[in-house]
Parts: sequence; C-alpha cells; structure tokens
Amino acid sequence: MKMVRWIIGVVIFIAVIGLIMMRKLPFLFCPGLPYIEFVGRALYVIIFACIMCLYRIWKGPTGADRIVAIDILGILIIGLCAVLTISTGRSWYIDIGIAWALQSFISTLALSKYLEGRGFDE
Amino acid sequence: MNSIIGLVFISFGLAFDIFGCIGLVRLPDVYNRLQAATKCVTLGTSSILFGTFLIMGFTAAGLKALLCIVFLVLTSPVAAHAIARGAHRAGVKLWDGSVIDRYKEDKEGEA
Repeated sequence: MKMVRWIIGVVIFIAVIGLIMMRKLPFLFCPGLPYIEFVGRALYVIIFACIMCLYRIWKGPTGADRIVAIDILGILIIGLCAVLTISTGRSWYIDIGIAWALQSFISTLALSKYLEGRGFDE
Repeated sequence: MNSIIGLVFISFGLAFDIFGCIGLVRLPDVYNRLQAATKCVTLGTSSILFGTFLIMGFTAAGLKALLCIVFLVLTSPVAAHAIARGAHRAGVKLWDGSVIDRYKEDKEGEA
C-alpha cells in the first residue's frame, strides 16, 4: 500500500514537471506580453503548490492542519499576484496582494484564538 | 541586467515555494508541517516580490512590492506562533517520534 502511494506521487510529480517544461503556453495568455514564456511556467508551479495546500485542507486530521494550510495558501496567492504584475505591467495586481496579506493575517489570528477555545478579548 | 537577476530571484522563490508545500503534504505532525511550510513559503514569496522589484524598477508596482515584503516578514512569524500556541493548548498530540516538549515542561513547572 505504501509502495502504491509512492508510485502515484512520483507519477504526478513527473507529469507536472513535463507540463512545465512543455513548449505550449497556458491558453488564457496571448503571446505578445513581456516575459510570457517565463510567467506561464511560473503560474504552473504556483498552481501545483496551491493544489497541494488544498489537499491538506481536505485531508487534514485536525483543525490546526487546516488553519496552517489556509495561511500558506494566502501567502502563495501573494506570489501569484506578483508574477501577474510582471507579465501585464499593471500595478493594481500587487494591491490585491497587499490586501490579501492583511486579511489572511487577521483571519489566521482569529482562527487560532478560536482553536484555543477562549474569547477574543484575552 | 536587472531583469535577468530578477528572473533568477523569482526562480529561487518558486523552488522554495514548491519544497515548502511538499513538506506540508509529507511531514507527519502539525508542528513539523508548520515549521517546514511557514519558513520556506515566507522566504520564497519574499524572494518573488524582490525579483518583481528588480524587474519593475522604482515605479509604483516595484515600491508596492517592497512594502509587501516588509508587511509579510513582520506578520508571518506572528501568525505561525499563534497557530502553534493554539494547537498546543487545544491538546493536539505530538508525533510518536518527537523526543522533547519544552512548553509542557514549562507549564508543569509553573503549576
């Protein structure tokens, strides 16, 4: 059983590396933008990391695992906004990143207080 | 030249992000997952934002990226510490292979 899980993981990892190395770009980008060859591959990497975080949110044995995964997902999306800023040259993507960082920090503090089982004003 | 250095920084940050998320999936315990994921992903995203600053230069997007680095480095350890404290107080068990638990010893010493 453990061997089967190892084989499934290695096959998924090799498939994602092949998808990143492939010459074909993501379908939602037109090829005229600057740095598009690099940014398309970077988007594949960040989306794969987000899928691993979603696996931990779905499968986590305790509530603390889910809270950790939500925190990490928020930090990854800030990186996604930065990469989109490079490609499109519009500065409001990084504004979304700053607002997401603030919201993620406050929600993580509130969820950890809830996990501790006390009131919010201690 | 600045853009090439920026792309190198972004590649470095993407590698740290993916290794941190592999640690989040593979490690056995809440505390191990927290320790692997928080440090790796914070450094990786800070590196991506610094690469963005090097590519965009001193424009609005570059300076906002620097501001976002400062905010991320200040807030991420606080959130990780709050999660670890809350999990220990809520009674989440350590992994069987863990050898020491200083926080429990401190609480028993106070009582």
